[in-house]
Amino acid sequence: MSRRAVGRTLAAAAALAALLLPLAVTRPAWQNTAILMLMVAQLGVAWNILGGYAGQVSLGHAAFFGTGAYVSTLLSIKLGISPWLGMAAGAGVAALLAVVVGWPCFRLKGHYFAMATIAVGEIVQAVVNGQERLGGAVGFFLPLAETGFWGFVFNRSKLPYYYIALGLLAATLLASWLVARSHVGYYLRAIKDEPDAARSLGVSLTRYKMYAMALSSAFAAMGGTLYAQKELFIDPGSTLSTSLSIKMALVAILGGVGTLAGPVVGAMLLTAIEEASRIVFGGTGRGTDLVVYGLLIVVIAVYQPAGIMGWVQDRWPARAPRPEPAGEGT
Amino acid sequence: MTAQILLQTLLSGVLVGLVYALVAIGLTLIFGVMDIVNFAHGEFLMLGMYASFWGYALLRLDPMFTLPFTALALFAVGVAIYRLVIRRIIDAPMLSQIFTTFGLMILLRGLAQYLWKPDFRSVDQTVVAGKVAFGGLQFGLPQVVAALGAIATTGVVWWFLRSTRLGAALEATAADKEAAALMGIDSRKMFALAWGIGAACAGVAGALLSTSYPIFPEVGSTFILVAFVLVALGGFGSVTGAFWAGILVGIVEVVGGFLWDPAYKMVLVLSLYLLVVWLRPQGLLGKA
Repeated sequence: MSRRAVGRTLAAAAALAALLLPLAVTRPAWQNTAILMLMVAQLGVAWNILGGYAGQVSLGHAAFFGTGAYVSTLLSIKLGISPWLGMAAGAGVAALLAVVVGWPCFRLKGHYFAMATIAVGEIVQAVVNGQERLGGAVGFFLPLAETGFWGFVFNRSKLPYYYIALGLLAATLLASWLVARSHVGYYLRAIKDEPDAARSLGVSLTRYKMYAMALSSAFAAMGGTLYAQKELFIDPGSTLSTSLSIKMALVAILGGVGTLAGPVVGAMLLTAIEEASRIVFGGTGRGTDLVVYGLLIVVIAVYQPAGIMGWVQDRWPARAPRPEPAGEGT
Repeated sequence: MTAQILLQTLLSGVLVGLVYALVAIGLTLIFGVMDIVNFAHGEFLMLGMYASFWGYALLRLDPMFTLPFTALALFAVGVAIYRLVIRRIIDAPMLSQIFTTFGLMILLRGLAQYLWKPDFRSVDQTVVAGKVAFGGLQFGLPQVVAALGAIATTGVVWWFLRSTRLGAALEATAADKEAAALMGIDSRKMFALAWGIGAACAGVAGALLSTSYPIFPEVGSTFILVAFVLVALGGFGSVTGAFWAGILVGIVEVVGGFLWDPAYKMVLVLSLYLLVVWLRPQGLLGKA
């Protein structure tokens, strides 16, 4: 069997397993962890469109995630609009914000771009924190009443959230796959690897980076709406923090930046490690989980910069090129 | 009266800014010499604060007295982190460099929380307690001493870079690694030195702040953000740039917080940063 066939078989098996998982895993706590994995994976895949394919490392993506969470929540609380429509609206607002932010920030390269996006994320968080109309530092509680599918609140069972998260992940993966194999995907990789050569061939760097940023942000925002509806509570700390931005990038680098499956694999591993270290070491409030988490990041970043997918492709080499070990170099 | 308030506010901003500058100088030095952004830099400051705190709590020594030892200890920490970790990622892609130092940040915070608990701690008795007044203006003595200490330390670093052979070697490595290596300068030694001095600067800033600021494992997070802004404003790698940017940001922060809402002072600082990097990507004093 060729490598590609193995890959497709594995992907199909993973999809089937994901669909049937709730039959095997019935404990609500475990189901919750599974939902968390899917949600983190979806954000990693969304981040990867900009950070992986286009090589623009954003460390401010929580601003877009939070935009999704806040737009749908405000529309639902103040105007009674269904969060499903809010999700679409949030994605639109986030894409717009991405263009507004991208326009100045894309003048910067490498570290400079990454640090500017941290600044953007921190500004958005500070503004929401200070605005009483946006809930301030307190945030919003969403109404708990279950009003059917259209109301996007389910409290009898976690299952609807599981399948919605799975559907959103599938949609994000599909978009990411379509981008990667389209001419836009080739332009993005050209921009990442050889920006000057791409420009000399007439590829508009800013325009294609902007496309990637808008798409990536829109999907991050949809993840934000899902988060708000699942937790039924949002505040700046949980939806707009820089640590959330970093987590999105982290799952991608852990799994393998610029690969389709990388962020999903990274999200599963990271969530598993986080939950396990919390169960084993956490609760003492002594930060042992942080020590394990930090150590793991350092070890992977130093010894396996191409992530798990890079390791897999090293072990079972194919004609297909190895994923880039991330970023545009130094 | 209004002029006096304005002057008081301005000078308070300068005092804050000088300490910010000291934190940023270490960061910019590391960046300039080896093109790596150290996300764990705030944790060096945190370690400097804890070193001062334990010297005070266990040995009854004043943070101002233990300051030289704190500087030496942090120098050793910086070199050790370079030798253990950073050495391995010198030629790695940018993203793995970012995440290596980011992982170090989490690790050091976690260690601090594990070893010393997440509680807020403070140095209650110190030789620099009290206030100083002159010309109708009044400042806290800890802030004034911290600012003076920051100026002195910055001066020492500046003198070292300008007037010693080792400093010249460091600057040569920052300007052109290959050319410096051809002149017989061992760039690995220079990298280790940059990490040592960078960490020591942050450690001294931590010691200077320990007399007036709460000490806790996450204390570095507020300072690292400002330090990033200063490094970018002053031009990556520019020590004098970071110094002036520190004073500017200190003034913007305090005056902005006074005229507008203190909750938004960070928004002001970060917006100023975005504006400057947008108009002048190389920073205020950076070379194109």
